[in-house]
Amino acid sequence: MTDLAIDLSGVGKTYRFFTLENIDLKVPEGEIMGLIGPNGAGKSTTIRILMGLVHQDCGEVRVLGHRMPAGQIAAKCDIGFASEDMRLYEAMTVGWHMNFAKSIYPNWDGQYAQVLLKRFGLRAEQKIKGLSHGQRVKAALLLVFARKPKLLVLDEPTTGLDPVARHEVLRELTNVMADEGRSILFSSHNTQDVEQISDRITFIDRGRIIDSMDKELYLERWRRLRLEVPHGVALPALPGIIGIRQEGRIAVATANAFVPGLPNAYEETGVKVQRVETMTLEEIFVANVERSREEVEA
Amino acid sequence: MDTAFAISQSDKRPMYLQIMEAIKQRIAVGDWMEGQAIPSIRQLAVDLQVSVITVKRAYLELEREGIIVTQHGKVSRVASTPGIGARLREQELAQHLEQAMRIAAQLGIAPGELEERLREAGDRIAEKETI
Repeated sequence: MTDLAIDLSGVGKTYRFFTLENIDLKVPEGEIMGLIGPNGAGKSTTIRILMGLVHQDCGEVRVLGHRMPAGQIAAKCDIGFASEDMRLYEAMTVGWHMNFAKSIYPNWDGQYAQVLLKRFGLRAEQKIKGLSHGQRVKAALLLVFARKPKLLVLDEPTTGLDPVARHEVLRELTNVMADEGRSILFSSHNTQDVEQISDRITFIDRGRIIDSMDKELYLERWRRLRLEVPHGVALPALPGIIGIRQEGRIAVATANAFVPGLPNAYEETGVKVQRVETMTLEEIFVANVERSREEVEA
Repeated sequence: MDTAFAISQSDKRPMYLQIMEAIKQRIAVGDWMEGQAIPSIRQLAVDLQVSVITVKRAYLELEREGIIVTQHGKVSRVASTPGIGARLREQELAQHLEQAMRIAAQLGIAPGELEERLREAGDRIAEKETI
């Protein structure tokens, strides 16, 4: 069995208007976990808990073998954390921050830091206050990447970046994976990023984990079926179908537990299956959230 | 590694299928020979900037199809089947022909008529090439 870089079991936290419930989250060493969910779903709270920045009301949190929040000082030597609300010193330069990080972290890779500086289009002598939002994000990521930490925890690392910078960040994240001992957990609204680079996906909505599994298995479970419903035939309710839209004789069914026999099951009831399509993570995201919103209204 | 392998975001097929396709193509054109070692799963994932799990899936499916073999879970090689490149090109043709048959059946075109159409298509191509 592989070691877990992150292991949350039964974690909960209650706020006045928001509750994080029964969070189980496992990230095996050497894997990239993508955390997705709508705004206010609990992604950042989950990340703050596993970083020891917010203390859970209940449940166990272990990161790189350290219990959190108690072991956070030891754990943080090996964790690189970046989030949107992280602040750098406005009056200081990028280079000053690099020297500062170097003085703290023994694993600091000065050569790699120079490479990143170039790739990200930054200059060491620039002061933080003169940087754009995207440049600040890149500077913060540089400071984290050059430490070569065993675990990277990144809250929305690609938000606000232009396409070239986004591409560079994704490239650095996948480069990390050349080393089997390193792991990444990142949250993103960009489902395309998550689909491209994650080994596992965790889907959070309204404070709960809806799904957490192998990305390939997850994508494999979802399908869109284009159906033709002849006159006099009623669309049957089949297991694994979570949504149906019908207009005249054409219907579109969405399956979240697709099995190869599903098209046949439709054909047997007289419904013609015109096409079976795979879905992108973006489409799955929307279908999932819409469904859970409908359940709330019902 | 070269980026001729790049995954397309406008291609609607899942990424693992695109990777399988790209590997098959390399073998079909003879870039990757029988028995030749191919990049490790992790290496290809880094090169393509896609997740390890996606490349692993592509490799597993290719193993199932007998196109590559993985020894001791580490080094993957092109299967030592003689003429595997030609076989892959053959397979591709077979798939296109099956697809044509299926569409013809949907349109109610008899196999004999399809044969005739295929000859006509050949004539059209020949005509274009002589121009």
